[in-house]
Amino acid sequence: MLLIKCPYCEDERPELEFRNAGEAHLVRANPIVDQSDDDFAAFLYFRQNPKGLQFERWRHIHGCGRFFNAVRDSVSDKFLTVYKAGEPKPNVEQLVTRGTTPAEAVVESPAPRTPRTKKAEA
Amino acid sequence: MRKYSVFALAREAMRAHKGWEQQWTSPEPKSEYDVIIVGAGGHGLATAYYLAKEHGITNVAVLEKGWLGGGNTGRNTTIIRSNYLYDESAGIYEHAVKLWEGLSQDLNYNVMYSARGVMMLAHNIHDVQVFKRHIHANRLNGIDNEWLTPEQVKEFCPPINLSADARYPIIGAALQRRGGTARHDAVAWGYARAAADRGVHIIQNCEVTGVRRAANGAVVGVDTNRGPINAKKVGVVAAGHTSVIMNMADVRMPLESYPLQALVSEPVKPLIPCVIMSNTVHAYISQSDKGEMVIGAGTDQYTSYSQTGGLHIINHTLDAICEMFPVLTRLKMLRSWGGIVDVTPDRSPILAKTPVPGLYVNCGWGTGGFKATPGSGNVFAHTIARDEPHRINAPFTIERFTSGRLIDEAAAAAVAH
Repeated sequence: MLLIKCPYCEDERPELEFRNAGEAHLVRANPIVDQSDDDFAAFLYFRQNPKGLQFERWRHIHGCGRFFNAVRDSVSDKFLTVYKAGEPKPNVEQLVTRGTTPAEAVVESPAPRTPRTKKAEA
Repeated sequence: MRKYSVFALAREAMRAHKGWEQQWTSPEPKSEYDVIIVGAGGHGLATAYYLAKEHGITNVAVLEKGWLGGGNTGRNTTIIRSNYLYDESAGIYEHAVKLWEGLSQDLNYNVMYSARGVMMLAHNIHDVQVFKRHIHANRLNGIDNEWLTPEQVKEFCPPINLSADARYPIIGAALQRRGGTARHDAVAWGYARAAADRGVHIIQNCEVTGVRRAANGAVVGVDTNRGPINAKKVGVVAAGHTSVIMNMADVRMPLESYPLQALVSEPVKPLIPCVIMSNTVHAYISQSDKGEMVIGAGTDQYTSYSQTGGLHIINHTLDAICEMFPVLTRLKMLRSWGGIVDVTPDRSPILAKTPVPGLYVNCGWGTGGFKATPGSGNVFAHTIARDEPHRINAPFTIERFTSGRLIDEAAAAAVAH
């Protein structure tokens, strides 16, 4: 199960609270009647489905109920970042080189734990 | 190729089994083939076999990035049935079931096709109405499917729990008696052996890294980690990785790749005599000849190539299994695994030519492709050999997502299948 940070609630919550809503940044044409059949099919059905970093929508359906976007690696399932709906696409290259993802931060610097025996002594 | 028979078995028994041949060879790739198939799963190997057998095209290479049958062919729950609602689906899945019935003889390889019956459980009025509609539609298409009362369900599958106290009580079922299971590894191995015998090259550990095209856009070959290989016709049968391969030819697909999980229990004595499916509580179960309970779970909600899914998904399926079969509640699960399935918006496959001349695609089988393996390979070979679809797969185009002529099994079943 994924651990997902909602950018509105500013908290990491289990995947069960969320509903995945597919590829992000798909924009419906306005007015839609001017769109060709090919363009409409591309909007409605055709997907990038990348192996690697992808932009996707999530909805915190059992929380605040709001939609937001995320960047996730579809091979490791790790989230690089989450951001509010309507915000521009983050620069993925910067995110990767900086390595300042919330998920990695947790993995790389776990909170120091005192072994139980020492605690007992103290 | 030496034929497998009872006499061969007796002969080898007399000489310490020293005379068995390798089932297929591992040749070095040539610089050019007539046809390249990308992906040595069941569908890809079947395509190569029927290209050689029915169309006389033997200068064929099947390229596989891992080992043959190591993807979804070796990861599914081996269910075979053809009781789909729409005429187009009935056509292709029934074509497959008819080939399953004679496949062991055709390949001279025991694929252990067992028509033990597939029973789909109804838990509410909606299920009853949908299944009865399916039964009528199937019968109009000449496909066997019949309605069972709860008593008949119990008679057909004695360990099932008919209690009215169940969270989702069983109030009937649709039964396809010709449905059943087959041994999935043997299907891949049988097709591989029969195809290799006809001259097909099966090249494992050979990953396609690019699709080569001429100035006019037509396919001229592929790049691989073992060098470029030329071919004027390339068939992509790459399941969950179809989007990745098609992207190399600049073709975007109406596909999303999801993890799908399955698991098996420790082996026990024969208990469950058929395949049980429940769309409503989302559980699939049958018992292998080894005695393991083979259980299929659902997909995760997000796209992924990780070949692993969330534990809560299989937990949900086991909840349903335990309610249907209380006798199994103490059974230990031995292994669970995931595969990546390519899902189309209407949950029907794509077997078609593509906008790129010489490039063909067989994909979108989603969560239920194993059952179609022989039929899919058979009509896809026809499509590649003649450069036009077979009557059976003509409706399964990419263009249906633009024209709107969907084959909407997603709405028909209201569930992954």
